[in-house]
Amino acid sequence: MKIVTRIGKDKLAAVCLLFIAAILVTGVFAPLFAPHAPEEVHMELRFAASSWEYWLGNDHLGRCILSRLIYGIRPSVLWVLVALSISVAIGTTLGFIAGYFRGKADAILMRVCDIMLSFPGYVMTLAVIGILGAGLENILIAFVLMKWAWFARIIRTSVMQYTDTEYVKFAKAIGVSNINIMIKHILPVSLPDIAVISSSSFGSMILQISGFSFLGLGIQAPHAEWGMMLNEARAVMFSRPELMLAPGIAIILVVSAINFLSDALQIALDPKLMTSRHKWQGKAIALASKPHGKEVA
Amino acid sequence: MNSLEVSNLKIWDSRTGKVLVPHSSFHVKQRSCLAIVGESGSGKSLTCRAIMRLNKALLHQSGEILLQGVNLTKLSEKEMRKKRGKQLCMIVQNGMRAFDPSCVVGVHLKETLAWHYGWGRDDITVKMKRAMESVMLKDPLAIMNSYPHQLSGGMLQRVMIALAIVLEPDVVIADEPTTALDTITQFEVIEQFIQLRTRMNCAMIFVSHDLAVVKRIADEMLVMKDGAIVERGATRDIFSAAQHEYTRFLVSTGLTLDHHFNKIMGGVSHAEC
Amino acid sequence: MAMGRYIIKRVLISLPLLVTISFFSFILNQLSPLDPAEVILHAQGVPNITSELIAETKARLGMDQPLLTRYVQWFVSCLQLDFGNSYVTGKPVWSLLGPAFLNTLKLTLVSVIAIIALSITLGTICALREGKWVDKSVRGIFFLLTSMPSYWLAALIVWYFSVKLDLLPTSGMDTYQSYILPVTVITISFAGIYFRIIRSSMLSNLNEDYVLYGRACGLPESKITLHLLRNSLQVAISVFGMAIPVILGSTVVVENLFVWPGLGTLSVKSILSRDFPIIQAYVLVLAAAFVIFNTFSDIVNAALNPKLRKDH
Repeated sequence: MKIVTRIGKDKLAAVCLLFIAAILVTGVFAPLFAPHAPEEVHMELRFAASSWEYWLGNDHLGRCILSRLIYGIRPSVLWVLVALSISVAIGTTLGFIAGYFRGKADAILMRVCDIMLSFPGYVMTLAVIGILGAGLENILIAFVLMKWAWFARIIRTSVMQYTDTEYVKFAKAIGVSNINIMIKHILPVSLPDIAVISSSSFGSMILQISGFSFLGLGIQAPHAEWGMMLNEARAVMFSRPELMLAPGIAIILVVSAINFLSDALQIALDPKLMTSRHKWQGKAIALASKPHGKEVA
Repeated sequence: MNSLEVSNLKIWDSRTGKVLVPHSSFHVKQRSCLAIVGESGSGKSLTCRAIMRLNKALLHQSGEILLQGVNLTKLSEKEMRKKRGKQLCMIVQNGMRAFDPSCVVGVHLKETLAWHYGWGRDDITVKMKRAMESVMLKDPLAIMNSYPHQLSGGMLQRVMIALAIVLEPDVVIADEPTTALDTITQFEVIEQFIQLRTRMNCAMIFVSHDLAVVKRIADEMLVMKDGAIVERGATRDIFSAAQHEYTRFLVSTGLTLDHHFNKIMGGVSHAEC
Repeated sequence: MAMGRYIIKRVLISLPLLVTISFFSFILNQLSPLDPAEVILHAQGVPNITSELIAETKARLGMDQPLLTRYVQWFVSCLQLDFGNSYVTGKPVWSLLGPAFLNTLKLTLVSVIAIIALSITLGTICALREGKWVDKSVRGIFFLLTSMPSYWLAALIVWYFSVKLDLLPTSGMDTYQSYILPVTVITISFAGIYFRIIRSSMLSNLNEDYVLYGRACGLPESKITLHLLRNSLQVAISVFGMAIPVILGSTVVVENLFVWPGLGTLSVKSILSRDFPIIQAYVLVLAAAFVIFNTFSDIVNAALNPKLRKDH
């Protein structure tokens, strides 16, 4: 694909992509990479500095910080990715239905999306956690519930744009079935759009989930999660500020790699998309986008 | 006497080093009209903006541009600003986008005239009103109090012409002034350009890709292709005996357009120029 | 009079939304896997929860009536700011929520002003110096800051300013100085987004023909910049109008960190103790504020931009 080669040219973006891939692999095979069990307590090693055995030192219970970081990839990154994939899948399905068939289905779906989007996302996530109780699964459920509408909205626009192209009209005219057209002709071209919006949500979701864990609403002790590790470090922040470093830097690195990749993807795809990251910007785009001056020489 | 003389104008992209316009030289005589013809991307607009020194910062230019004997390329930005508008007036392609969409049209007119001449509000209104009436704009006061989106492209184009009339520049540069208009409005606006020429002592550079329009208005023309000038001469000669292959191609395709234009306008004579 | 009609239309559109929101907040309670009566008894620390006790509590709270009847009763009392009593403390919800809302609103408004000032200044400077080192470095810094967890940043700032230098209060809202740290953190974590919007809107305006024509007419750069700002501000106002409710709902982490007596602290406390009436009222109040602020910013925007008025 063109996009991939264009991203390949951007060296920094390629590095980011490799970094994220490495993080994902490390997370999936955490037991292979982690030098110790993440929940193994060694009271005699409390707050130990880094050593050959424990590269990043030990936390307030003497647990290996590096191992906890590696196991923390699972809830902090992998599960977020799963929740993201589910809501993108829902959004894509509904967006395709609305954008391809238009008519009543479109009108109803878009009304529902309007209502969903007029709720403040963060508050609704809190509300869902409020009903279901604290816990990682509940936050993930809340994410899926709150994010699909936003994806459906954008994917619908993208699909509509491709449904109007000549080759799709042609495929319709020669009697290709709707499902086939969607899978063979529209999905491949709208995939970059989908990649851009999902990647731009990925970073903010990681930040949010670590924030909820930090508040004690997410994963419960003793499981390792980056926000949770920061929460534990916060208790001893004034005497041992260095404990804040490792998980904080891990989050910053992953999120900035994702954000950078997402930006690179957007620019590779279409510079005009630069500003369409935030939903309340609809108007900003309407104002900023201008009709292209036509020259017919 | 030459109003404007451009010699060895070269424009290039400072990032890529790509030359967009290599060594252009041409001049415009006082009271005459030079048309620059060519397809989009041929460097017409770049040339116009280079004369105004208004190309993007990334685009660099070299060469000499003499306006009434003054070398514009040597002027400071501040001195150049005084030339713009007052001596060198530009009319842009799309009237609908030429005015700040959040202000009424009059704001721009007042700002410009107050800046150059220091006139008061009432003075400006009187002068603008007269000029706008002369370009067949009805109810000038209402137009000055309207937002750009409330007016049509043709009206805004004529507002720009009216402003040029009040500014009394030495050279008017019209960059595709009729492209964004429908055929009938185009005809009316061209009419005003012809009037502008006869009424004022200014020289005019008229950029277009519409040969029918060029044939009506221009005394001399340049044909540009990929940044270079491929043909130049009196309009009449070029239409009858083009030297360059590309010009012949343009003329042959342009004539069909011309016939179309004729048909729509009910066979209005083109022989005014 | 197009403006008057627009306002009425815009307000009418938001009314059904408000009703939907209220209904959603109402059924939040019903969606809970736990029986509210049981939760109340738990929260009040009743040792032996019998089924009679549950039935009695239900009857006392009117929970045995049909859903819609209860919704209407609840809605009417909500309009009078009566959101019921806290399960835990038994105090009226509004007596807890009202002051907290006010505190969060104060924090939000101060932060929004700081964000506006920062992002407009930097956005304008960067757009006018596009590609220069100022632009590049400001963008780089903001890029890094938006990838940072705000609570992490907050912790570092607290550690540095308050503990090491012992300069500023780290918790509560006793003096004006208490605002400095929370506002700084909120500003830093949000300014990046709005800075980008202002910058790109300025840039797209810079490419507009009116800038070219203004320059071609010899207008000085200061005048041109004013026109640019005027046009970019329209985008900015609509964006900032939306920012108020977004930030209002996102102060949770910062409030908890700085022990700000606001909605964020209250809501997390209520979630952890499963105090449903407070959660419900919290969602209702914030969602309603969200809709109201949006409506308001649309109206202000239409007043500033005559084109939008026409489109609707």
